[in-house]
Amino acid sequence: MNTNINFAGIKMKNPVTVASGTFGYGREYEDFIDLNKLGAIITKGTSLKPRSGNKAPRVCETSSGMLNSIGLQNPGIEYFAKIDLPYLKRFDTKIIVNACGSTVEEYVELCKILNTLDIDGVELNLSCPNVKAGCLAFGTTYEGVKNVTSQVRKVLDKPLIVKLTPNVTDITQTAKGAEDAGADAISAINTLLGMKIDINKRTPILANNTGGLSGPAIKPVAVRCVYQIAKTVKIPVMGLGGIMNGEDAIEFMIAGATTVSIGAGNFVDPECSIKTIQEIEKYMQKHQIEDINSIIGSIKMN
Amino acid sequence: MKYQEECELLEKSALKNDIFKFKIKTEKIAKEAKAGQFLEIRVSKEVEPFLRRPISIYSIEKDCIEFIFQVKGKGTEILAQKQIGDKINILGPLGNGTFNIKEYNTVAIIGGGIGIFPLYEAVKQLKGKAKINTYLGFRNKEYVTNEQEFKELSDKLIITTDDGSYGEKGFAIDFLKKDEKPDIIMACGPMPMLKAIKKYAEEEKIICQISLEERMGCGLGACLGCAVRKAGSTDDNPDYWHVCKAGPVFYSTNVEI
Ligand SMILES: Cc1cc2nc3c(=O)[nH]c(=O)nc-3n(C[C@H](O)[C@H](O)[C@H](O)COP(=O)(O)OP(=O)(O)OC[C@H]3O[C@@H](n4cnc5c(N)ncnc54)[C@H](O)[C@@H]3O)c2cc1C
Ligand SMILES: Cc1cc2nc3c(=O)[nH]c(=O)nc-3n(C[C@H](O)[C@H](O)[C@H](O)COP(=O)(O)O)c2cc1C
Ligand code: FES
Repeated sequence: MNTNINFAGIKMKNPVTVASGTFGYGREYEDFIDLNKLGAIITKGTSLKPRSGNKAPRVCETSSGMLNSIGLQNPGIEYFAKIDLPYLKRFDTKIIVNACGSTVEEYVELCKILNTLDIDGVELNLSCPNVKAGCLAFGTTYEGVKNVTSQVRKVLDKPLIVKLTPNVTDITQTAKGAEDAGADAISAINTLLGMKIDINKRTPILANNTGGLSGPAIKPVAVRCVYQIAKTVKIPVMGLGGIMNGEDAIEFMIAGATTVSIGAGNFVDPECSIKTIQEIEKYMQKHQIEDINSIIGSIKMN
Repeated sequence: MKYQEECELLEKSALKNDIFKFKIKTEKIAKEAKAGQFLEIRVSKEVEPFLRRPISIYSIEKDCIEFIFQVKGKGTEILAQKQIGDKINILGPLGNGTFNIKEYNTVAIIGGGIGIFPLYEAVKQLKGKAKINTYLGFRNKEYVTNEQEFKELSDKLIITTDDGSYGEKGFAIDFLKKDEKPDIIMACGPMPMLKAIKKYAEEEKIICQISLEERMGCGLGACLGCAVRKAGSTDDNPDYWHVCKAGPVFYSTNVEI
């Protein structure tokens, strides 16, 4: 049975990764799972300079999911390179850094540094709904995505994954922007912009008023986006949004995802990623699938 | 080390009609738990309610832990339905900020409402190491709970109620202020109470530990959800601790609340 995947040049032992912002830089989960078993670890969104993030409350529960408005709190790339990267390098897994910036120049500066680090790939976050400048501002139009991606492409030799937002009318347009600018892969989806109101106080629960929705509540939207993107572009897609188990992961792969990522599922069960890998293997056995690659995009439309 | 365990519910009792005490069997969590730490409880195997619920450790025994919770919304409602013998999925022990247990002359323990529960294990461990003066405040007679447990271990126990329907009338902190100055204050309770205690302790230069709550995603330090302002950071340049990682117990001088 083969679970090896070549994702945009990143050779993974299985298609299961952990999603940016839900796994820190790995340490918080080492007591619960063997990090060596993961296909890849995608770091918290990391910027050129440290960011302190938004006021609390930053998270709140919603129906079958949650909202967050962390605001990209992170220690900055210098700290990552010195402290977190050496830690992550102890494990036999792939390291993908989620990169964010407020301006095109910041993305470029950051990716120049990332290009010199011993990492396996960069995920360009053009889709965070929780910060005032940058990210989403570039991520909602074909031109916007193409522009920042092509600037970054010039300085980055490593595999470049562009992470897209579902908060657009037509996600195939932004996916096309990434492909046309030379991205090696797409990841989708980031969170959907949402709001929850405390009906007694009549104020939003999140201090930032709005936040990004994730969890099983968004899975059908995410599966649809992955299907549309995979049909439109030739580069591979990493699917995420509400994956809680092997069945969910398989669903994304059938829709066209080459790899998958577990986000908020890590909060519910810190072993979610490992169990997902095991469940994918069980599915393969049950359906006599020799190679995991054979199910990618195997959807039969009505 | 932190663990995920399926813990059997050994004992269940209702302290009030909406406050329950659970005793669970844990092979691993109990062995490493410290006073002030908390648990993340998965109340349902389904995706609804989605997140785990943070609940403080009330008492640590050899291979058991007790926790006490009030039914607030749907998560604690489901938890309250568990029957003896049921397995409950729990992460723990969580948090790195714990009560500083060592020898003191006098320790003041001050708690308000359901905030008294995380203090009990600290009192247990301080017994014999310090003179313990305990001040517990409640809204009224109906809400007073766990008096006997704290009384047995405290050198002095003052119960206050806001309306005077039981014990002393007034706020717990007013009685702490009247007594001998302690070496350290350990506090947990509603935010207005913690603010008043922090202010008093800092004015009087008394070391003070407070246990904080914030909405959580992971409980592990990974999501950066449970932020609390670091002392000294400004509105223009804020900086944060995370309750589940640096806390839930903080030295009052390290945080802005
Ligand atoms: C470190 C810590 C220790 C705690 N210890 C105790 C304890 O020992 N006993 C006890 O009765 N309660 C304790 N609480 C509060 C307890 O977590 C909440 O009352 C509980 O999560 C409410 O869940 P619910 O489903 O009943 O309410 P809902 O309102 O349905 O909950 C909705 C969401 O809001 C969150 N939430 C609601 N209130 C709080 C709160 N005060 N703090 C953090 N998250 C909240 C829930 O976790 C859930 O994600 C503690 C909280 C924290 C952070
Ligand atoms: C608390 C939290 C923080 C997140 N931080 C980031 C981030 O820094 N960068 C990013 O690209 N996505 C971030 N995300 C989005 C996730 O990576 C993922 O795209 C989204 O949550 C959907 O997946 P899920 O439903 O499995 O959680 C964050 C999500 C959550 C819940
Ligand atoms: S709850 Fe996730 S960092 Fe504290």
